[in-house]
Formats: sequence, C-alpha cells, structure tokens
Amino acid sequence: MPIMMYRDALRRALYEEMKADPSVFVLGEDIGLYGGAYAVTKGLLEEFGPDRIRDTPMSEAAIVGAAIGAAMVGGRPVAEIMYVDFMTLTMDQVVNQAAKIHFMFGGQIKVPCVIRTQQGTGRGAGAQHSQSLESWFIHTPGLKVVAPSTPADAYGLLRASIQDDNPVIFLEHKGLYAVKDEVPEEPFVTSLGVADVRRTGSDVTLISYSRTMQLALEVAAQLEQRDISVEVVDLRTLQPLDMETVLRSVEKTRRAVVLHEAVMTGGLGAEVSARITEALFHQLLSPVRRVAAADAPLPANVALEKYVVPNAEQVIRAIEETLAVKQQIAR
Amino acid sequence: MNRELTKSLYRTMLLIRRTEERILEEMMKGKLASTMCHVSIGQEAVAAGTCSAMQPQDYLTSTHRGHGHFIARGGGLDRMMAELFGKETGYCKGRGGSMHITDISIGHLGANGIVGGHLGIAAGAGLWSQISKNNAVTVCFFGEGATNEGITHESVNMSALWKLPVVYVVENNHYAMSLAWERSTAQQSFIEKAKAYGIPGVDVDGQDALAVYEAASEAIDRARKGEGPTLIGAHTYRFLGHSRADPSKYRSPEEEERERARDPLTIMRTKVGSDVLSDSDVEAYEAEVKQMLDAAVKFAEDSPLAQPSTVFEDIYA
Ligand SMILES: Cc1ncc(C[n+]2csc(CCOP(=O)(O)OP(=O)(O)O)c2C)c(N)n1
Ligand SMILES: [Mg+2]
Repeated sequence: MPIMMYRDALRRALYEEMKADPSVFVLGEDIGLYGGAYAVTKGLLEEFGPDRIRDTPMSEAAIVGAAIGAAMVGGRPVAEIMYVDFMTLTMDQVVNQAAKIHFMFGGQIKVPCVIRTQQGTGRGAGAQHSQSLESWFIHTPGLKVVAPSTPADAYGLLRASIQDDNPVIFLEHKGLYAVKDEVPEEPFVTSLGVADVRRTGSDVTLISYSRTMQLALEVAAQLEQRDISVEVVDLRTLQPLDMETVLRSVEKTRRAVVLHEAVMTGGLGAEVSARITEALFHQLLSPVRRVAAADAPLPANVALEKYVVPNAEQVIRAIEETLAVKQQIAR
Repeated sequence: MNRELTKSLYRTMLLIRRTEERILEEMMKGKLASTMCHVSIGQEAVAAGTCSAMQPQDYLTSTHRGHGHFIARGGGLDRMMAELFGKETGYCKGRGGSMHITDISIGHLGANGIVGGHLGIAAGAGLWSQISKNNAVTVCFFGEGATNEGITHESVNMSALWKLPVVYVVENNHYAMSLAWERSTAQQSFIEKAKAYGIPGVDVDGQDALAVYEAASEAIDRARKGEGPTLIGAHTYRFLGHSRADPSKYRSPEEEERERARDPLTIMRTKVGSDVLSDSDVEAYEAEVKQMLDAAVKFAEDSPLAQPSTVFEDIYA
C-alpha cells in the first residue's frame, strides 16, 4: 500500500473531488500561488486555475460567508482558514449562518460547504496560533465537525465532508501534516459519524481523536508491556458523535479515559464522559477520567507549551487510577 | 415614461404598505407567533424599485426588515402570513418568522437577523454566478447601520476586487435603532464611500421608486456584464419605530412630520400625475390588495400550527 503524508492525502482528496465535480472549488488566504500555509493546496492552482483555486483577501468572515453563499446557490466550496484561532473572526458566519440556514428556512436551502482549518500545539506557535477549539463548534447543532488523525482518514473523511450536504468544520492538526502512513491506492470515502477502534483491548477504553491519538496508541503499546490491555477508540467525527462504538467498547472494558488536546473545561471529554456515565453508570467499575490540556492559554515557548498539554505520564496515571478504583455500589 | 412599470411599482408599494399594516394589526390581536417583527413602512420605494429591475434568475439577500424585499420579489402572501402566524404551511414551516422569511424558488436567499450577516453570503452567491456563469445578479439589501459592520467592508472589497455580479443597496433610513446616521459615520456620502472600494457609488432618493428603479437597473446591468458591483445609497425613512416596542424618542416630532410628508406612495402619484395613475387605478389596487390580505390571513388562520416535534427536523440536510 502506498505511504502518504497527511497533507498529501488531503490534497489528493481535494484533487479527486475537484476532478469529479465541477461545483467543488477552493478559496482561502495564500492557498493558490503560495500553495497554502501548510502546503495542502500546493499545485492545485496549476491544475485547476485561479477561478476554482481562489486566493482571497485577508477577510476570514467574508471567506466563510462567501463559501456559505456559494453553497446556497449550487457550489460546493471548500474554504481554508489558516488557523482555527482565526475562526473566531468567522463565528457569526459559522454559528448564526451556516449552522442555521437549513433549519431556519424550513429545509429550503442546503449549505454544502467545508471549512478546513488546522489547530493544535507542538510548534511553539503561541497563545493565538495553537488552540484546539472543537468545543465551540460541537456546541452548535447544524454543524458537522471532523478531526482526522491519520493520512487515510484525512483523505477519506475530507472526501466525505465535501460530498456531505451540510456545513462541515474540518479540523486538521498542524502537528500531523508531515505524518506518513498507508493510504490505499483505490479511491474510497470514509463515512462521517463513525468512530474507529484503532486497537482492541479489554481492561480500559481510551478515547481520543486528532493528534492525541498518537499519544493514545503510544501509551497503549507501553501498557501492554505491563499486561494492561487498552482499547483505543478514535472518534474521527466529533459531531455527530458515534457513541454506539464508544459505548460498545466501554460495555466490554467497564472503564474509560478520554484524552484531548483542547482545554479540560467544557471540552469534548466532559461530553463523552457524561454520555458514558448516563448510559453505563451501573456497569462502570470506576469513574470516567479525562486527560486534557490545562485551563491555560498556550505559551509560545515549546518547553512551557509541553507543560500545558497532556503527556504520556498523565495518560498512564489516569489509566492506573481508573484500574485501581472499584466503584462501591451502595445498596 | 413607462406606464406599465409605473403602475406596477405603485401596486407593489401599496401591497407592501398594506401588508405591513395588516401584520401590525394581527400582531396587536396576538396572532403572531414571534415577538420579532420589523416593518418597513415608508421605505417601500427602495424594495419595489430595486426588485422590479431584477430578472427571474437573480438572487437577493435580505434583512431583519425584509417584508418589502420579499413581497417586491414576488413572495406569496398566504405562506408569508402563515409563517408569521407560526403555521406549518409557512415558507419556513413556521420556525423562521418575520425575520427569516425566505423563498428560494424566487431566488430569495433569506432575511437575516444578524445585521451585516448576509453580506458575505451575497458575495458568495455572486462568486458562484461568476464561476458557473449562470448569468444571475445578486442584490444585497442592507440598512445603513450595517455599513459599519466589519464583514460589510470585507465583502464589498471582495466583490469589487473580483468584479462579482453583486449590487449593494443600502436602505438608508437614517437610523440604526436609535443611532442616527450622522452619529455613526464620518463619511455619509455613498459616492465617496464607494470610491474607497474602487466601485461606482450612487446617492439616490429612496422615496422615488422610479429613481430607485433607474439606479438599480443600471447597476444590475453593469453587474451582469461583468463590470462588478455598485454601491447604491437609497435615502429613505422608516415612518414607525425600529420595532413595536420603540417610541422613537431619539428623533424629533418635527423631523418625523417632515419625513412622513415624503411618502413614496404620494410622491409617485404626484410625480406621474392622474393621467398615468388615476384614482380609479388606485381604488382598484386597494380593493385587490385588501382581498389578497383577507385571503392570506384566512389561509394562515386555517393552517395547522407547527408541531413542537418538528424542531428536530431539518437541523441537518
Ligand atoms: C450584529 C447585530 N448587532 C445588533 C443587532 C440588533 N439590531 C437589530 S436591527 C439594528 C439596527 C439596524 O440598523 P440598520 O442596519 O440601519 O437597519 P434598519 O433597522 O434601520 O432597517 C440593531 C442594532 C443585530 N440584530 N445584529
Ligand atoms: Mg437604518
């Protein structure tokens, strides 16, 4: 199977969708001549021309607004917002417009657009270029939210997102662009809303997505040496959440830890943990644990940044604690 | 002067005026399902003049004060009234109300509750027209208050840069809630404002439907030919408060009286004379409109209420 970088897998998805469907086009800052701040759209301008690979002025709200408007009248735009941190400038467009239009107008108008952006730490990009803001989007019914962790998922999920008739917030991770892995040569589409059990195990379920999936798999491998069997679930789509897969796993392991790079408070971990607890309280052997970034802005100093985001030790400790507790069921 | 056009502009303005009066009446009776309702009484010439210059394939984006745009574009009164009454036969299945009235079949891309929120959408519709060569022009209505929103600058700049087929029509009723135009911007001329975007700007008397029609026709033609957007500032006045709750204390009775004397309906009759628009024409329109509104209210009353369980429908396509 061919080995491909995450960024190249994304480009392949864009390329194939644009070839297959003339209504697909890409717009964003520095995506054409420059090839994208993270080189995802490199070469597409030469292939598709400036009409369908549109370098825009630096106007995030209008970029997203234009994507919405084009989607409402027959286009299938893919907008790139350079950093998720800049999505803050587009929030009216995303929250009040894209997410509401289909419902608010009584199902008359669809908004088939994808907003690609990237988030996360690892490069000392600082407080305004490193956040993980998925919670803001999953808090808004009407949006779909996707966060692939592998090149194959980046490819398959981006294709599915472009083909979807709803606004999709597609969250890439700046620390994953150069990651290489197998991507099947035959074209394929990966359904939205389906989580993936990336490793089977029996003692505890570790749930994550995006780059912290690497950490999750690393920890699972380490713990195997100590005879602790960790099942690892990659959520892949954050809205809608595939709770069926999560609950099936936790029903088996009866213990769960949720891991993410976004801050703890109001994070997706809280939601997943609440849903597991509501569904499986009586089967759980210990409380669901969360491992997440500290509730702090991210410093532009790699050493300090590392201190804020979750690390292997924290994940291992959370799993150990989960294994140590046995819920005393009061009767 | 085009007699048919003149008559039709007058009829459209009258239809808007009487519909909004009826809406207020029904609101007082407690018939409306939502408290959100902004009427455009006094501003009818802008909607009528502009929409009459549009072609069937064109699009428009509208505002919180959007009844006029909707009616002038040919939106139906029955389903509009049903929408306001919260009925499932409404254009938005009774969940959009006055502020989100929409009918995509007439190229209406939605009334928007976020001031300036639809400026980017209009640019996007224009962008898709440019890419797909569908020969449509998008008319973007907004209040002068929205000219001070950030996305307005972003969007007009984008449309101007790419010469998108978009026409910006500012309904300058001189107030954004309580804020007077003079208290909100140092540059009040749309001709001057447009210069900064590198596009033509027009200041037009928004109480004169024929003048608005002329300005809009020229701008729409330019846009369709690929020459890019125009910024039209239509000077008008909202005769009533911002919403029903607003007693308009921020403006003087003298000013209101002066401006109300510039009623677009009277202005047109005076301008064209009884030769073009006779008393019997007007009487006939009044009777026709009254009948349409009675039928619309009856349709709305007879329609089933939107059911609570439908709130989970259409969240996703
Ligand atoms: C972004 C935003 N800010 C504020 C409001 C509240 N608001 C609704 S209408 C309005 C005034 C709008 O003025 P203008 O654009 O001139 O339109 P007009 O009401 O005069 O038709 C305000 C402040 C809003 N709906 N959206
Ligand atoms: Mg105003």
